[in-house]
Amino acid sequence: MIKDITIGQYIPGDTAVHNLDPRIKIIITFVFITLLFLVGNYFSYLYIIAFMGLAIGLSKISLKFIAKGLKPLIVIIVLTVILNAFMTQGEVIYRIWGLSITKEGLYQAGFMGLRLIFLITGASLLTLTTSPIALTDGIEKLLNPLKRIGVPAHELAMMMTIALRFIPTLLEETDKIMKAQMARGADFETGNLINRARAMVPLLVPLFISAFRRADELALAMEARCYRGGEKRTRMKQLKLEFRDYSAMMIIAVFCFLVIWSR
Amino acid sequence: MANMITTENVRFEYGTNSGSAKLALDDININIAKGEFVAILGHNGSGKSTLAKHFNALLLPGAGTVYVKEMNTKNEKLLWDIRQTAGMVFQNPDNQIVATIVEEDVAFGPENLGIPPLEIRRRVDDSIKTVDMTEYAKHSPHLLSGGQKQRVAIAGIIAMKPECIILDEPTALLDPVGRKEVLNTIIKLNKEEGITIILITHYMDEAIQADRIYVMKNGKIIMEGKPKDVFKEVETVKAAGLDVPQVTELSHRLNREGLQLSPDILTVEEMVVELCRLK
Repeated sequence: MIKDITIGQYIPGDTAVHNLDPRIKIIITFVFITLLFLVGNYFSYLYIIAFMGLAIGLSKISLKFIAKGLKPLIVIIVLTVILNAFMTQGEVIYRIWGLSITKEGLYQAGFMGLRLIFLITGASLLTLTTSPIALTDGIEKLLNPLKRIGVPAHELAMMMTIALRFIPTLLEETDKIMKAQMARGADFETGNLINRARAMVPLLVPLFISAFRRADELALAMEARCYRGGEKRTRMKQLKLEFRDYSAMMIIAVFCFLVIWSR
Repeated sequence: MANMITTENVRFEYGTNSGSAKLALDDININIAKGEFVAILGHNGSGKSTLAKHFNALLLPGAGTVYVKEMNTKNEKLLWDIRQTAGMVFQNPDNQIVATIVEEDVAFGPENLGIPPLEIRRRVDDSIKTVDMTEYAKHSPHLLSGGQKQRVAIAGIIAMKPECIILDEPTALLDPVGRKEVLNTIIKLNKEEGITIILITHYMDEAIQADRIYVMKNGKIIMEGKPKDVFKEVETVKAAGLDVPQVTELSHRLNREGLQLSPDILTVEEMVVELCRLK
């Protein structure tokens, strides 16, 4: 089931979108999301579609894959559309069980549906084309100016890196413990919800204990390697803005102008 | 030769849950010269890992002093210099790798030292090459074998340009192939790069590769000397809860049966030579 969720996955590639500076990609994603809320009419969506098409086309990620990413959220999208269609006041065009669909409602429903779809597509395009490590670097650099007001930018980034590093290790360990408990007769698959939750206890306790031990050892190893927080720390990979980054900023600026102008 | 690590009358106690203190190190005096390859042998709970943690100020002695290249580990101002001089590799490779890509992890140490990016790049490439992991530089560590992970961990230490590397049972969790890879890497570092090596282990076949051995028992150093001289004392080594190398054991028994063999045989080749001489 975990495999079906495409949001947050990364598909390696060597395209213009993949190679953009992660900071620029994060900023563009935020601008794009803001822009979605500034869209005033259906006509403006043409610009949004054009921008999305350009980004997806350049990233060489198949539309099928992006559609798969929308699947788990289809319920939310359908619910939004239905609610909007029925709950908006206006000229009634169809009645069912005392509820009425209005012309304005339909207009609004399509509008909201499109907004949600583009919101999800835009956000997933960011994670699909940016490796977790680049994303973490980008977030750290973007948060850096906020250090002065006490945002622990480096610590947050380090926590994300370590979490990403240990996800496969802990998954492997969960699998091992599960098999060990199953070999001794534990049953994780049958019974009602409460029984199954109870069966998880012998799995979670050893997992937590081992996670704490790992954390302890990792802290020791980091200290032995002279880790002392973000101060005086340098990075091997420097982020540098290049021509393509400036071009990308120009493109999003043009689309901003078009969307706002067509309101 | 210049001293790398010196301890003077080091004592260390662990507080236990019941309130009583357990003496982990009792009056340790050792001296390790620059460029030496020293093995510290001991049974579980003999205090060898505790001692290792004193060599780069992860632990401070309760009494006595530890010097790393004339630097007293109690001097807090020298802490980072000490840790850069004496790097440490731990037992579990999974729990000492920080980053999600091999080369990023190797860069972690130098990044902490505040070294300029270009120099880090150079050091990282060199270190990865030294441990023969160049083709895996862009891989994710969790897909590597235990021996490969441990070599990445060693590369991460070499990139900090230490003069001494302390390895705390680096092969205990590895399969025989991985053990061999790691041991070869360690020997290469000592012979080719001239790095002082302190290997904490309970494998005899690893210890015989060292220039010198310390044997520990109950927080004390009970034997010290060249591998040949230490393992000659088969009974004493066994009393410390350790085994002697198989071949040494064999020659010891043959001697007891009345054969005239040299008592300091460590390898199969030496045994062959010795047995041929008998005729």
